[in-house]
Amino acid sequence: MAKLILSVDGQVLKEHTLSKERTLIGRKPHNDIQIDNLAVSGEHAAIITILNDSFVEDLGSTNGTMVNGKPIKKHFLQNNDVIEIGKHKLKYFNDQPAPAAGAADFEKTMIIRSPSKAPPAPAPAAPAPAPAPAPAAAATAAPAAAPAAASMSDTHPNMKTATQEAPKPAPAPAAPPPPRPAPAPAAAAPAAPADATAGGALRDAAVQVLSGAAAGRTLDLTKNLTTIGKPGLQVAVITKRPNGYFITHVEGATYPTLNGASLGAQAHPLNDHDLIEIAGVKMEFFYKP
Amino acid sequence: MNVAHSLQSASLTDPGRVRDHNEDCIEARPEIGLYVLADGMGGYNAGEVASGMATSLIADGLVESWQPDQVDRLDRDASKALSEKLIREQVARANSAIFTTSQNNPECAGMGTTLVVCHFYDNFLTVAHIGDSRLYRLRGETMEQVTRDHSLLQEQLDSGLITPEEAKLSQNKNLVTRALGIDPGVETELHIYDTQPDDVYLLCSDGLSDMVEDDEIRLTLITLKTNPSLTVQQLVQAANDNGGRDNISAMLIRVAEPYGVPRGWLARLKALFR
Repeated sequence: MAKLILSVDGQVLKEHTLSKERTLIGRKPHNDIQIDNLAVSGEHAAIITILNDSFVEDLGSTNGTMVNGKPIKKHFLQNNDVIEIGKHKLKYFNDQPAPAAGAADFEKTMIIRSPSKAPPAPAPAAPAPAPAPAPAAAATAAPAAAPAAASMSDTHPNMKTATQEAPKPAPAPAAPPPPRPAPAPAAAAPAAPADATAGGALRDAAVQVLSGAAAGRTLDLTKNLTTIGKPGLQVAVITKRPNGYFITHVEGATYPTLNGASLGAQAHPLNDHDLIEIAGVKMEFFYKP
Repeated sequence: MNVAHSLQSASLTDPGRVRDHNEDCIEARPEIGLYVLADGMGGYNAGEVASGMATSLIADGLVESWQPDQVDRLDRDASKALSEKLIREQVARANSAIFTTSQNNPECAGMGTTLVVCHFYDNFLTVAHIGDSRLYRLRGETMEQVTRDHSLLQEQLDSGLITPEEAKLSQNKNLVTRALGIDPGVETELHIYDTQPDDVYLLCSDGLSDMVEDDEIRLTLITLKTNPSLTVQQLVQAANDNGGRDNISAMLIRVAEPYGVPRGWLARLKALFR
């Protein structure tokens, strides 16, 4: 659950957990976070918390509210934001589970129902996970050992492609799902060349036209997808991915060639100074210096 | 004109790079222009039970009840009304089946699924959806999100509490306000749109729309639309390149040519000789 740490001149005064939908900050005693200082208005600001998100709103205070040094009326709080009220600072911490272990489960889609439709309390079999405030009954299923009925389990292969012609995939037996191999790129492309990335970032690259009317022209590969060729005749796409550049055939009865060999339907990694021939035009792929 | 000949389509579903199993499910019945996508939720295997039941029940139910040779005799408005009625019926039927299964099987308790159903007929498209799985449409250079998520985030956007920029940073992305199979009844949102030749429709689960920016989806659709199977591969690959934190599903349908139903004896006669 998110919290605020109140400090003045670097001295921590107190810590407040944002458990309520509306947390009031101000000088008067009825505030949830009372700051007894004349620079602070009676009711100065409010924090509105909706499940995992919080917003700070200035309540028309005399001296205003700042977030990270900027005056705000309303602000959507992010982890480590600093709210300033006069000389007092409130640092916002939203320590969601670390993006490692529990994250995948945490991000799973859940259903929240409006209080009118939801049962008054979550069913005992489905304890609400996560710090969900009262009205939202987040539904999860209790984990159980029995696998799903075979008729429904359609145990997914790692990747199933269903095109118009392909028959419906046969229902697989209710075996445990096969262990998933290392993340395979969708187009089953071989590993990218080693010189693609320098210091983690993908290097800039371009294609230079070597023959035909546009000979000498250079095309920078700045977009994630760049098409080359003649529409309706022969088109290929060069995709820019984190691990390098790849070329794939898009349309046309025959495939373009890469270093003299036909591309086929697969994606191919591009190496520095590779020669592409498409729609009768030769071009060269190269990494920019 | 047979709808299967006028629509080019391709689909792909992938577990992504984090989850060890796939709770998304897709079913296509090109012969009646039907495409169904569901993203299941609920512990253990229950999510894929729910999405698998939803897609297969709705697809099979519509194939059985939608008889093209009989529907072809109706006028266009009547066929629209029939498409709407049958989809509502099949969605309600799937809802009851999933709800009953979850009530009777403790390991399935609380399961549910999102849903997008697209039914193409006579140059129109019936769209039914529940939850945060989406339908996008590319027309010309413009891509629009056809469905509106049933999610907490969308409600906050609608009420002006947060801006679209802030929404990208929200921690509440994964909360849907409607799902199939969690209550005895379900409210299906349904709309009918006229289609145009060269329209491209993309059904997808949030594993795609959360991982790939709308603008990149748009660029991919524009660039690769002549090759639907490469388009869906590219979209799934982009989601995986960006982390692949959830299951990813994409179904792409391109309207290659009009698929109006010939009416009147002359039109029918002409259609015979096409």
